Amino acid sequence: MSRTETLTPAHRLWARHHPEPDPIAMKTLGFWLYMLSDALIFAGLFAAYAVLDHKFNAAGGPQIKNVVHPLEAFVQTVVVFTSVLAYSLAMVGLKARNRMFVLAGLLSAFVLGGVFLGLEINDFATLVAHGITPERSGLMSIFFVLIATHGLHMAFGMLWMAVMMAQVALKGFTTEVVTRLLNLRLFWVFQASIWVCMFVFVYLNGAF
Amino acid sequence: MLVHLQGPWTPLFGRLTLAQIPYHNGIVLGAFIFAAGAGLVIMAALTYYRKWGYLIREWITSLDHKKIGVMYIIVGLVMLFRGFIDGVMIRTQQAMADGPHSAGHLQALHGYLPPFHFDQIYSSHGTIMIIFAVTVVLTGFQNIIVPLQIGARDMAFPYLNAVSLWLTAAGAALVMISLFVGDFSHAGWVGIIPLTELPYSPGVGVDYWDWALQLSSLGTTLGALNLITTIVMMRAPGMTWFRMPFFTWASLSTQTIGLTAFPVLGVALALLSADRYLGTHFYTGGMGGNLMLYTDLFWIWGHPEVYFIILPAWGIMSEVIPVFSEKALFGYTVMVAATLSIAGLSWAVWLHHFFTMGAGPGVNLFFSVSTMLVGIPTGVKVFNWSLTLYRGRLRFETPMLWAIGGLILLLVGGLTGMMLAIPAINYTVHNSVFVIAHFHMMFLVSVYGIFAGMMFWFPKVFGFRLDENSGRKFFIFFSLGTATTFSAMFTLGFMGMTRRLDYLYDPHWQPLLDIEEFGIFLYCVAVFYFFKMIYVSLRDRAKESHGQDVWSTSRTLEWMTLTPVPYYNFAVIPEVHGRDEWASRRESGFEDSGPEEYEDIHLPKNSIAPAVIGALAFGFGFGMTWRIWWMAGLSLLGIIGVVILRSFADQSGIVLSAEAVRRMEQKPEGTGIITDHISPPVAELEALS
Repeated sequence: MSRTETLTPAHRLWARHHPEPDPIAMKTLGFWLYMLSDALIFAGLFAAYAVLDHKFNAAGGPQIKNVVHPLEAFVQTVVVFTSVLAYSLAMVGLKARNRMFVLAGLLSAFVLGGVFLGLEINDFATLVAHGITPERSGLMSIFFVLIATHGLHMAFGMLWMAVMMAQVALKGFTTEVVTRLLNLRLFWVFQASIWVCMFVFVYLNGAF
Repeated sequence: MLVHLQGPWTPLFGRLTLAQIPYHNGIVLGAFIFAAGAGLVIMAALTYYRKWGYLIREWITSLDHKKIGVMYIIVGLVMLFRGFIDGVMIRTQQAMADGPHSAGHLQALHGYLPPFHFDQIYSSHGTIMIIFAVTVVLTGFQNIIVPLQIGARDMAFPYLNAVSLWLTAAGAALVMISLFVGDFSHAGWVGIIPLTELPYSPGVGVDYWDWALQLSSLGTTLGALNLITTIVMMRAPGMTWFRMPFFTWASLSTQTIGLTAFPVLGVALALLSADRYLGTHFYTGGMGGNLMLYTDLFWIWGHPEVYFIILPAWGIMSEVIPVFSEKALFGYTVMVAATLSIAGLSWAVWLHHFFTMGAGPGVNLFFSVSTMLVGIPTGVKVFNWSLTLYRGRLRFETPMLWAIGGLILLLVGGLTGMMLAIPAINYTVHNSVFVIAHFHMMFLVSVYGIFAGMMFWFPKVFGFRLDENSGRKFFIFFSLGTATTFSAMFTLGFMGMTRRLDYLYDPHWQPLLDIEEFGIFLYCVAVFYFFKMIYVSLRDRAKESHGQDVWSTSRTLEWMTLTPVPYYNFAVIPEVHGRDEWASRRESGFEDSGPEEYEDIHLPKNSIAPAVIGALAFGFGFGMTWRIWWMAGLSLLGIIGVVILRSFADQSGIVLSAEAVRRMEQKPEGTGIITDHISPPVAELEALS
């Protein structure tokens, strides 16, 4: 196995007209890698939840089963998946290059995301009103921080959606706008699947 | 929600008061005068030579991966120097404070540093050396070299690359300012829990450490995804995976670790911040927290971070040794497999940092075996380097000296590491300076790799060689210092001396402590020769300038471009036919066949936004540390605002015409990394005018 090849004049030495890498493919790969790192943030938090989900960590305060309402969380699940559906419909509009269709889809996804966050904030407010706060115990700390981290991601996604609505309206479907719309879809589906993990491991597993 | 703190707090300045400036401390004051003096001299020189515009146009706003890499390395070297001074102070304190009869100076009972100050110094020594010196310099090397080695024009995301740099710089600036405003953490670079909790560390030191680490780790994560995308997507035609230069493989493994490990550090620190700011109970002892949760999360990042630091250094050694042996790297494929398996194993060994914390024999056994497994691929590497040297035409120029020095240190560090991997031995020597000596050996492998790379690639980036004579002296004194200091430290470890002591109770240790101090003196001589090397090289740069391949036996693509490298890297992207493309071309007599025709080149415009984001990130960290909520809040909003504004801006780059490229390739003086009249315009400045 000779490592230094012998070159002859027949070899092409310079790649003229070498195409630049496809910007959408490159940004999408970069975004998948970002989501890998984001997934590890949630992995770390779920690991912390698994460690702290014990009687001792409740420090005499409420257990998970006292604070979660799986039925309300189910409503949240339905809302977040309807939001993903609305966003996907916007992507159908993108294929048809129909601006109004895309804007309507984004707006519905945005509103449903807002409903989801509203339900979550309401849930937190009720708990706090009953004196159940993150300061109560290690278990309550991880419960609130785990759910709120996902909530922050949802809020960030909504901000992104608002920006994208403005960009679709102002700039139309430029390569950059389309790349961002596609990556935001990935992000939105990703957050919905993280919510599934929350729903299963915290709300369902905790309640029963 | 917010934790109520004792002590003064005002809405405008948070916890910051004039009393927080330690002007009464002679040592800190001296450091401040030195730093402020150096800063003033630099600013005066910039003003006198009218270089502010140059600095902003060519460096601060630059999206060029080589310039960003150079800035990374400058930040890293400044921090390395700071960390070195901390090391000198630690050694001097311990040499002075041995035994009950040792004298005390400057408010200290023994030695010259009071315990609280000493604790801050070892904490900042560790934090700086690991996070802000070695990591940063190696990231800089990967920034400069990887795109060149794979035949790319730039990184995949040049703008994100600059953001990473400025976030890292913001973290480094937080560490530096902690010296003059308030305190730094006194809880070790690992943040010993529960010492970092609010009741035990009510000051701002832990917050400084926390936010500095958060900012720089965010920068490292973004840098990791950028480098991985670059390597996957932007290789030159013909460069298949197994034709990639070895340093690029090392970088790919490293950045995979970076991308997956740093988020976990983010979680560990975010939960600590929640404890300190919001009063949660993740790591507190009493209210249902779990101390081991922090220790585990921290080392789940911490051990991969060790390999994040060592793998690129091994990559550099794997580039240097073949060039100066005039042979191809022995066992390339096995070497790639070894690097990838070390990266994989890095995830499964973290618990060996705390064998003694009662995980039980079964768990300890698992982590002991997995740690020993790391020895196999590492051994493979040592043999491959040795067999590359075997029957090579060896040339002992400075890069080669550093590479071989690193190889020998790796044996010492690796074998002591295997000893520590045995829990029974670990129980006896844990927390002793034996462990300290071991991991300094390993980090010094990285440092040797860094200096090998610096001597090796400096001529490529700047167009002139570093002075060989003082470079050799630098190497000799550095190695003598290493041998003297750490052989004494290994012995002290066996004699039972534990780590992090500001006062040592056993007078029998004095002779060995004096030997360590002498070793530190040798290091100081080495640092003198380092500065002399820089000075002499700059002075004689005209004499030492050279063509594209300074070593004349180089093997990889980066040596095919002009020297210094023009900002578009390759006028025409080369076609790759095998491993070590440049060596093949040279041996087949094609080294002078440049491209006949040129084409237009598309390049990104410069941007001031990344530097603004870095400055705002610093404001955020500083505001959070001192609990100046308006400052932290506005900075955060500012960052979001800048990102959104930029997303609306026109991001078309500039086009360099084929004719201009031809002119530059034929008259290369105007195309170097430090010349200024051909740089891309700054998008934001253009929009203003």
